[in-house]
Amino acid sequence: MEILVCVKRVPDTAENEIEVKGDGSDIERDDLVYSVNEWDNYAVEEALQIRDKVGGAVTVVSVGDDESEEVLRREMAMGADKGVLLSDDAFEGSDGAGVAAILKAEIEKGKYDLILTGAQADDGAAQVGGMLAAMLDLPFASLVNAIEVIDGNTLKVGREIEGGNQEMNEISLPCVLSIQTGINEPRYVGIRGIRKVASVEIPVHGASQLGIEPASVGAAGAKVRRLDYFVPELGEGAEMLEGDMDEICDKVLELLKAKGGLK
Amino acid sequence: MAQIFAYIRHKDGVADDSALELVNAAKQIDSGAAATAVVTGSGAELEAVCSQVAASYAQVWKVDHAALAYPNAELVRKALLKLLPATGILLVAHDTFGMDLSPGLAVKMNLPFVSDVIAMDSLDGTALKLVRQEYGGMAHTHVTCDTAAGAVINTRAGAFAPDESKAAAGQVVDKSGAVGDLAATRAFLEVVAAEAGDVDITKSDVLVSIGRGIEDQENIELAEELAQAMGAVVSCSRPIVDAKWLEKARQVGTSGQTVKPKVYMALGISGSFQHLGGIKGNPFMIAVNKNPKAPIFQVADVGIVADILEFMPELTEKIAK
Repeated sequence: MEILVCVKRVPDTAENEIEVKGDGSDIERDDLVYSVNEWDNYAVEEALQIRDKVGGAVTVVSVGDDESEEVLRREMAMGADKGVLLSDDAFEGSDGAGVAAILKAEIEKGKYDLILTGAQADDGAAQVGGMLAAMLDLPFASLVNAIEVIDGNTLKVGREIEGGNQEMNEISLPCVLSIQTGINEPRYVGIRGIRKVASVEIPVHGASQLGIEPASVGAAGAKVRRLDYFVPELGEGAEMLEGDMDEICDKVLELLKAKGGLK
Repeated sequence: MAQIFAYIRHKDGVADDSALELVNAAKQIDSGAAATAVVTGSGAELEAVCSQVAASYAQVWKVDHAALAYPNAELVRKALLKLLPATGILLVAHDTFGMDLSPGLAVKMNLPFVSDVIAMDSLDGTALKLVRQEYGGMAHTHVTCDTAAGAVINTRAGAFAPDESKAAAGQVVDKSGAVGDLAATRAFLEVVAAEAGDVDITKSDVLVSIGRGIEDQENIELAEELAQAMGAVVSCSRPIVDAKWLEKARQVGTSGQTVKPKVYMALGISGSFQHLGGIKGNPFMIAVNKNPKAPIFQVADVGIVADILEFMPELTEKIAK
């Protein structure tokens, strides 16, 4: 099975405090720790497991700047066979549909049976997979937390729905699936793995190689534009307890007694 | 102004809570707007939902089709493409169905799609300004799109107040004839119910809930010791289940359990809307997180900026004394 996985380099929210710049134009990007989008990592692991079971190859692709190469290399160190970077000044400021259109152009240059994305990324929109499927006229399922290969034409997929329930579907190939975290346990990537792929060439495709009209993507082609980042006027929020740990715990103990938190 | 439609999710003949929230989401776009509810389904359950929703929407479009008895997003999309006018704003709840439906629908309708909207800011001509969050709720953004031709907008559960007036006395219009044949490339098979765990966290009045801040599987013992000292039960957020450190039945959130405790301790939990969506009944919430910007501090009653690995044993010891 030929599998393509779309991945994105994002600020790691588990490692960073995200601060909005004073002028609202962006978040503070100095000293941010970046990593591969968590959902995408599960998608790559799932692709590798399917490949190892039924054969074929896994290609990882990313729309981004030069630095996105590092996440492609990381996913290749996990075991992906190929990496492709889709990069062009014209791609900057793309909305979800723009990113999907860029990925579509790359996908149409090859022949893939299965296309995976993460269910969502740093902007929390959960949109590129569904848009890509619609643009390619392929079947789609979101929030996939189980995949079983029935045969060369069909998959059985589980979708995570409300309340811990799982919705089972049969879907025909080729198709696009967006992958939910927890579907598998992504393998660990060591320094040695990264070194092994350090010199593998990663082709870069821009608008002209992909046959994309530059004005149709990027900020120029975006139907949805981000105007600013801002810090909202929030309510009072929590009463913050301060002091040393001993004092804090005394206070918490008092509160727990008062609120029925101790039995 | 493009006409506003609200897609109504329902289950077992009862409309989802989002049905009332979308009434107000439409009014936030345009205070004079009366949105039209679109309800797809089949048979008696559909009838019941339409009557219920007519109390809140002036007009309800009913689509009765055997293939739509279960809401398969692909079939609903095909039905909506036949049903909706070329220009219209469609509001959809940003839940596991809305995420499945809306991005592809927007592409097929050639309309802008704005996902997980938490507020409508303003409408200037046809330019709609909306509020979203990024980075797990750590940054807010304004986004804009031109709604001259319409738009597909997914709204976050709980972000818009429900419209409880129920004074619409709306009219149900049967639009089933507009849909015709529907065929899917993705076939719904069944819903597999969640497995029951060894502990029912929904029955506990006091929850000690752990998130990513627990850092390592072996630290879960610290939470268990604290819970034992308090007479509480350990629950968790999604990353702990993803890591297979605790069973799925312990997960609080929209994709896990909905809990209604009296006291909720959120330890090392950032507070994503999916997690908060599983906490009902307004419990007294104590949040401990290393990150002072964690969204959990906006909803907690009491907050502590600290490492939970230091906090938990200290509190356990205090209770023991």
